[in-house]
Amino acid sequence: MNAPHLSRRSLLLQGSALVVGFSLAGRNAAAQTFAPVATNGFAKPVAPDQVDSFLALGADGRATIFSGKVDLGTGIRTAMAQIAAEELDLPIDRVTVVQGDTALTPDQGPTYGSLSIQKGGVEIRQAAATARIRLVQLASERLGVPANGLVTENGTVRPKAGGQGITYAELVKDGRLDLKVDPAVATKDPAAFALVGKSVARLDIPEKMTGRFTYMQDYRVPGMVHARVVRPPAIGATLESLDETSVAHIPGLIQVVRQGNFLAIVAEKEWAAVKAAGQIKAVWSKWEGLPEQDKLWQHVRSTKVTKDDVTSSTGDAEAALGQTARTLEASYDFAIHTHGSIGPSCAIAEFKDGLLTCWTASQMTHALRKQLAAMTGLAPESVRCIYVEGSGCYGRNGHEDAAGDAALLARVVGRPVRVQWSRADEHGWDPKGPPTLIDLKAGLDAQGNVAAWVSQFHVPEGAAGNVPLVAADLAGLPHETAMAPGNVIQNSALPYAFPNVRTVCHRLASTPFRPSWIRTPGRMQNTFANEAFLDECAAAAGADPLEYRLRALKDPRGIEVLRRISEIAQWQARPSPAKEDASGDVLRGRGLSYVKYELNRTYVAGVAEVEVNRRTGQVRVPRFFVAQDCGQIINPDGVRNQLDGNIIQTVSRVLMEEVTFDRGAVTSLDWASYPILTFPDVPVVVTALIDRPTEKPWGAGEPSAAIVPAAVSNAIFDATGARLRSVPFTPAKVKAALQGT
Amino acid sequence: MAQQMSLDVNGHAARVTVDDPETPLLYVLRDDLGLHGPRFGCGLGQCGSCTVHVDGQAVRSCITPVSGLKPGARIVTLEGLGSPDKPHPVQDAFIAEQAAQCGYCINGMIMQSAALLNETPKPDEAAIRQALAQNLCRCGTHLRIVRAVQRAAGTL
Repeated sequence: MNAPHLSRRSLLLQGSALVVGFSLAGRNAAAQTFAPVATNGFAKPVAPDQVDSFLALGADGRATIFSGKVDLGTGIRTAMAQIAAEELDLPIDRVTVVQGDTALTPDQGPTYGSLSIQKGGVEIRQAAATARIRLVQLASERLGVPANGLVTENGTVRPKAGGQGITYAELVKDGRLDLKVDPAVATKDPAAFALVGKSVARLDIPEKMTGRFTYMQDYRVPGMVHARVVRPPAIGATLESLDETSVAHIPGLIQVVRQGNFLAIVAEKEWAAVKAAGQIKAVWSKWEGLPEQDKLWQHVRSTKVTKDDVTSSTGDAEAALGQTARTLEASYDFAIHTHGSIGPSCAIAEFKDGLLTCWTASQMTHALRKQLAAMTGLAPESVRCIYVEGSGCYGRNGHEDAAGDAALLARVVGRPVRVQWSRADEHGWDPKGPPTLIDLKAGLDAQGNVAAWVSQFHVPEGAAGNVPLVAADLAGLPHETAMAPGNVIQNSALPYAFPNVRTVCHRLASTPFRPSWIRTPGRMQNTFANEAFLDECAAAAGADPLEYRLRALKDPRGIEVLRRISEIAQWQARPSPAKEDASGDVLRGRGLSYVKYELNRTYVAGVAEVEVNRRTGQVRVPRFFVAQDCGQIINPDGVRNQLDGNIIQTVSRVLMEEVTFDRGAVTSLDWASYPILTFPDVPVVVTALIDRPTEKPWGAGEPSAAIVPAAVSNAIFDATGARLRSVPFTPAKVKAALQGT
Repeated sequence: MAQQMSLDVNGHAARVTVDDPETPLLYVLRDDLGLHGPRFGCGLGQCGSCTVHVDGQAVRSCITPVSGLKPGARIVTLEGLGSPDKPHPVQDAFIAEQAAQCGYCINGMIMQSAALLNETPKPDEAAIRQALAQNLCRCGTHLRIVRAVQRAAGTL
């Protein structure tokens, strides 16, 4: 590899916005490329403007849908099938969904940002609707009946007046439609929906419940061998020496692979690779490039700011702040978090005839293909990434990195290599949700209303993009160096109509760990600060938190979700704190929170109920109410499942979770040191869905996580009068806050 | 030293060759016998994804050395519990409650619950939550899982 040497420090304590110009000198000009995959005898297109890219009608009467968006456990395989079957007037059991195969599926963008239905589903709907109109035209010609005298039903086109119909398979003999998607196509009238809006049972669940499903971790390729990676004990440590004889006695050992600081064991059997990875003697340099954990927030505050993003500016907030009757000021922080997939990342790669095939649970196979091409020096056309569903990832976890490991190893070993990360690999080396620090000031007028609001968010620079691959970094192969924490400035601005507002994101040049998006990136942390600080304002004004929000909310759909949450939670109008019976150890309270996701889509309101043990500092959330308007709902049960998931996962984040580290590496490397919420403490979740069939469908996979942290903080305040401004709300922090009241 | 072993898995005699008697049962089931039910989650016995039944008891196969099994021990995996056509009542209840998101942890949830119901046919909600306290789910499907167990117990 003649790759440029890249500074690892720039990646590890990640910061430099430079994108290294990849040297592609190693790329073979006459490189092999994948031939287009043939379906029904013709080359399958993947261009996103072609109907045939999205669907194929089979001679067997079935339709295959090709989705660039993949099911990460959220149920979108089923939702996509519903959308396509609805638009094609096919029974859902005659629809197959192929996902995330770069040779077969169009690039609809990564599966992130709560965009699968909103973007991916809408594109499939348009392709299917375009196809249906063509089918009617073809039938019109064949039957001699005007198109407006025909209907589609159950995979056939037939005259409205009755008489013989003609099947789609007969109309499109080779399955090829050869037409462009019409983005303005008239899609089905929601009043006629038979499948969309119904709780169709998940297509994958029976196989998953009976051990018949093939996850990425189950996938096998003929001739495959097993690998485990051996990561440096400190993130930036370099491999000084290696004693390969230390593992030579292990039966089935194939190779110890070392490339720069990349080290891995390849063996015939998985357990041999596990054992060798644990036993190999390697000497690494000392590296202590991480900040001290107990000075993390000073570190963040002193990190160089590369630019300011002003995310909203109304009136003159700074000037107004000096003239208000009362001012409040507070800082909020949200710890470094991991994704916490239950199944550590896994991938398989095979090099054959100059072509690289990678089976991966990546949420972004098209982007991964480009990363693997850059890393290996192959042309992107010589790389194929095939999605195989893995354990839920909740953002960009280690799946892509495992793919990078496998690609590197497969080339060295010359056989297909399966890389399975250990639990410590996943907890230690998946990219992290970066630490977030927020300073807020508000000025209240004589009536207690917010007259001025100034907030400053300290968040890493960068947006969504490709997170650099660990293998490329360790082995000194070409890779990105810019940070990709996700669009973490979203929801720093407010959904309320205050007269003077200025919200600014200070974009930081570095952050302690390689960052990426964890579910609801930025929106969760920013909404925590905004909605908890607003609650502080309401309390200062002596106002009921719900009524206080409604004063400044002009959006009818937002008002509607707040009205619904107040109904289901049986909200009692009164200011916080509750000041109820305080004789026992356990104090109870309730807290409200609201978000309009990215200020342009899904509305969510939530109410947390908490029990705070003031002796132990322990907080429990016995019940959580959530109301959501995500526009047109494709599958109500699927949306409820996502609401449960977001609430429970985020209650876990808020009460318990924090990545711990020393100066060299993550120290929370298992579930004992990074505990998550377990069954006895999981809240009952009560949901209310506001379905709007005639509106656009919006995302449901992320938004409801945003409201959880503030709802819990506000509920603790309601119960105790103590304000928790630092996630996680550990017993120690709760006790400290209680002492301050 | 490679050694031949005979295991009783899902009612069938399976012959396997292991290099190391300390090999956890999980790797034998997955890699040698090609089973998908028991899953690798932590290798530490912390999450429960790898749970199988050994003589009717829920056991964490990731920390169970294959050599530690009693001769003739009856091993049952999620596949052996039931099939999509003939699911076990607990599997049936999980399907009815749509009790999965990614589903990676569900093997452990079903195996642990089936073992619970063998011992305690009518557990209340608190007992179910307690029985599953050492099984981790990250997607947040806990409430449906509890309902599925209640359904299987006929107490929903």
